[in-house]
Amino acid sequence: MNPASRRRAFLGATLALGLTGSLALGGVSLVAAAPKERVIKLTVKRFEYSKKEIELKLGQPVVIEITSQDVPHGFSVPDFKVRADVVLPGKMTRVRFTPDRTGTFIYLCDIFCGTDHEKVEGRFIVRA
Amino acid sequence: MGIDRREFMRLAGIGGVVFASGLPGWARAQGYGASADEFFFVQLSDLHWGFSDPKVNPDFAGTLKKAIVAVNGLSQQPDFVVFTGDLTHSTDDPRERRRRLGQVKEMAAELKVKDLKFMPGEHDAALDNGKAFQEFFGATRYTFDHKGVHFIALDNVSDPAAALGDEQLAWLAADLARRDRKAPIVVLAHRPLFDLLPQWDWATRDGAKAVELLMPFEHLTVFYGHIHQENHHMTGHIAHHSAMSLMFPLPAPLSQPKRTPLPWDPGQPYRGLGFREVELEDKGLKVAIEERPLSSRGAA
Repeated sequence: MNPASRRRAFLGATLALGLTGSLALGGVSLVAAAPKERVIKLTVKRFEYSKKEIELKLGQPVVIEITSQDVPHGFSVPDFKVRADVVLPGKMTRVRFTPDRTGTFIYLCDIFCGTDHEKVEGRFIVRA
Repeated sequence: MGIDRREFMRLAGIGGVVFASGLPGWARAQGYGASADEFFFVQLSDLHWGFSDPKVNPDFAGTLKKAIVAVNGLSQQPDFVVFTGDLTHSTDDPRERRRRLGQVKEMAAELKVKDLKFMPGEHDAALDNGKAFQEFFGATRYTFDHKGVHFIALDNVSDPAAALGDEQLAWLAADLARRDRKAPIVVLAHRPLFDLLPQWDWATRDGAKAVELLMPFEHLTVFYGHIHQENHHMTGHIAHHSAMSLMFPLPAPLSQPKRTPLPWDPGQPYRGLGFREVELEDKGLKVAIEERPLSSRGAA
C-alpha cells in the first residue's frame, strides 16, 4: 500500500468508527466530527421521574445522570438493553447508550419502590 | 409477547396441555374425579387487599369475599387453593402491612378447602424482603407433592429488584436434579419467568436462568399472576399461564400507553376479574384450565 492509499484507508476507518479527529490532507484540514455525547440530568423520587418525556437524536450518544431523592430506585430502558441501580439518595448514577432506532421507548423504575411503583416511568422520543 | 388463543392451543397440543378456558363446567362434564390420580386446584391471584380506589373497583372490600363464596359454591371442591401473590396492596406502614396480611388470612380461612398455599407478590414482600409475609404464611418458596405431581413455588418478589437470585436458582437446580425428566411438574410464581414485557416491568430479572433449568422437563407447566389478566405463552414446550386479579384488571400488553388499571365498567361490573381452576389428569401429564370470571352474581 502506497502512502496515499494508506492515508485514505485511515481516513475511511476514522469516519466509519465515528471518531473525532483531523487530518492534514493537501493543506486542508478535514474534521470527521462524531456526535458529541449529550448529558441529561434526571432525578427520581416516589413516584415519578423529574422528566416524563425526553427527546433524543438518533445516533447521538447520551449519558443519563440520575439521582434519587428518597429511596433506592432503578432506571431501565429495556429497548436499548441498559439499566442501573439508583441506590443511594444523593449519589449520582450514570447510564450511557446511543439510540440506534427512532421511535418512542419507555424508561422505568425496575426496583420496587412502593405503592405506586408502577407509575415511575417516562418516554424517550428518538428522532432522526 | 403473548400469543392468541388459537396459536396457544396449537402449541399447547404439542405439550400435552388441554386448554378449556371459557367453557364453564367443562371439567366437571368430563367426569372429573373418575380416577384417583385426577385432581384440580384453584388459583387465586393479585387480591391487592387494602386497595381502595372506588373509581377502579367500587367493590374493593367485597370482591375477594365474592370470590371465596364462588369457590365455596363449586359443585366439587378443589384439593387445594394457591394464592400466587399480591395478597395485599403495598403500604409503607409495617403495622398496616401486617393488618392487611392478617385480614387476608382470616378471609381465606372462610374457604371450605383448608389446604391453602400462599405465595407473596412484590406488594406483600418487596419493601421488607418478605419478613411480614413469613410471619403470617411461612416460607416464600417451597415445594410440595400432590398425587404424583411435584409443585415448586418460586419467590421472584422478595428481592425488590425482582430477581430469584443465585442461591434460589441453586435451590431450584438441586430440587430438579432429583426429578425424572418425564415427571409432571407445576411451577408457581408471582411474576412471569420470561420477558413478557420488561417495558412494563413484566419480567423476572434472572428468569431466563430459571427457564433454562426447567427446560429439560417434558411435562412442566408454569402458573403465575402479576399482570392481572389471562395470558398464555410458550417458551419452547413449557406453557406459562397468568391469572386474572381479584381487584382490578390491567391492560393487554402495550394496548394503551401506560399500565394503568382498566376502568370499572358499570355495565359490566367485575369485568376482567376472576379466578382459575386447574385440573391435572392422566397422572398429571395433562393440564386443563378453566377460567372463572366473576360477575355481579358470583363466578360465571
